[in-house]
Amino acid sequence: MKYAGLLVMPAGFFLSIAAMLLFPASVERTAFIVCGLAVEAMGLVVAVRGHMQLRSENR
Amino acid sequence: MTPLAPMPFPESSFALTLGLLMLAPLAIAGIALVNTGLGRSRSAMQSLLGSLVVISTAVIAFAIVGSAIASGTGGDHVFHLAGKMWNWAGAGPLFLNGLGAASARMQLAVLFELLSVALVVLIPWGSGADRVRLPAGAAVAAIMGAVAFPLVAHWTWGGGWLGQLDANFSTGAGFLDGGGAAAIHALGGVSGLAIVWIAGPRKGKFPREGLSTAMPGHNVVYVLLGCLIALVGWLAWNMAGSLLWLNAAPGQLVNTAVNTLLSAAAALVATFAVTRIRFGKPDASLCANGWLSGLVTSSACAGLVTPMDALFTGLVAGAMTPLLVELFELALSIDDPSGAIGVHGAAGLWGLVAAGIFAPRDGQFAAQLMGVSALLGLMLPLMYFAFWIVNHIFPFRVDSDGERLGMDLHELGGNAYPEFVVHRDESYR
Repeated sequence: MKYAGLLVMPAGFFLSIAAMLLFPASVERTAFIVCGLAVEAMGLVVAVRGHMQLRSENR
Repeated sequence: MTPLAPMPFPESSFALTLGLLMLAPLAIAGIALVNTGLGRSRSAMQSLLGSLVVISTAVIAFAIVGSAIASGTGGDHVFHLAGKMWNWAGAGPLFLNGLGAASARMQLAVLFELLSVALVVLIPWGSGADRVRLPAGAAVAAIMGAVAFPLVAHWTWGGGWLGQLDANFSTGAGFLDGGGAAAIHALGGVSGLAIVWIAGPRKGKFPREGLSTAMPGHNVVYVLLGCLIALVGWLAWNMAGSLLWLNAAPGQLVNTAVNTLLSAAAALVATFAVTRIRFGKPDASLCANGWLSGLVTSSACAGLVTPMDALFTGLVAGAMTPLLVELFELALSIDDPSGAIGVHGAAGLWGLVAAGIFAPRDGQFAAQLMGVSALLGLMLPLMYFAFWIVNHIFPFRVDSDGERLGMDLHELGGNAYPEFVVHRDESYR
């Protein structure tokens, strides 16, 4: 689960890169980059939950 | 941003920047003291000696390989995507060849980066305190000095893709990071998180039943003294960075210094208030973390914003730091003795975002968000997988006997405080 989260995070980064390429207007571009960051945050949450799960199993 | 473009850089600026860079190591000394003070007494010598070891390893790795990646000499590694040029790594000479013949500005840039690499490796070293072995720390430092830091430094300062967002996409002035909030602090913070995840918590930190065990730092005087020493270094660091990377005129440096101090002061006041409300009394070590988080935030903002903006960003950083430390420890089972993930990682990212909010340029916010996205979405997974491989070659974690004895005795055969009686550890349940 931790690795899945860590693999989702670059997807958010590439979404942000896509925002730079696809949207010339500032507002749309910023909104799309924020979406990319949201995907990264989701990946981070999954990775953190995976870490907690491993910890509770190893206690 | 094209920081090393042939801008006028008179001799007076050269002398001023060089003088400031001579004071910058005080920030490194301060962080090393804070890390040591927040660890246990049985690991104090290993912590401080380890600081010297990781700094030495990283600086050598940077001099041999990293400087080539970080530099922006014109013949950089570039790929083309959608008609745009993406400059992702420098292609300078190895072994710092030709440094003596380079321009004065370029020489100062290399010195700034060498000092930066010394600071960035201290951050994960603090996160792994009390259980990460010296050889593993050195291996991590080598990777950070040779590859990770140089990549981010090139993207930001060496004419890389983040710095060129203005030329390619008309986003503000490109990604701006005068004092190293991205290349030093946020990168150090995400590396610290990777180290903590791989090494695991200290023995007894998260018992089978009940809340996590409090393991307070062994010497809060070191911690608070480290904060004061770090202030001097930070003032110099931010001013030197403004001259080198933001093309600031010497007359603008007072504003940078005022912002640095205001940000730290506001952060301390906020942390003091939050801990007073949360625990009934202010917490000294958390206040130290708050002070440092204000300094870290200023690394991104000090050269770009007004004093009142700096005050606000510091307040936010100081208020969030104790809450993050609590969240990481109690809710997320993250054992970070120095609080580096919150102090350097979160505050660094907040500073970068705040610089985008308050910097008076159209599109700057998007450029700053791109930098945050790269650090979080690309560098964190990369650092985790790099350290995961290192952990299989140089195991991070000391064995349980070594952890019980303390890193000093186990790794160095002595104690930092040989005349003190070490009491039985109550935390082993």
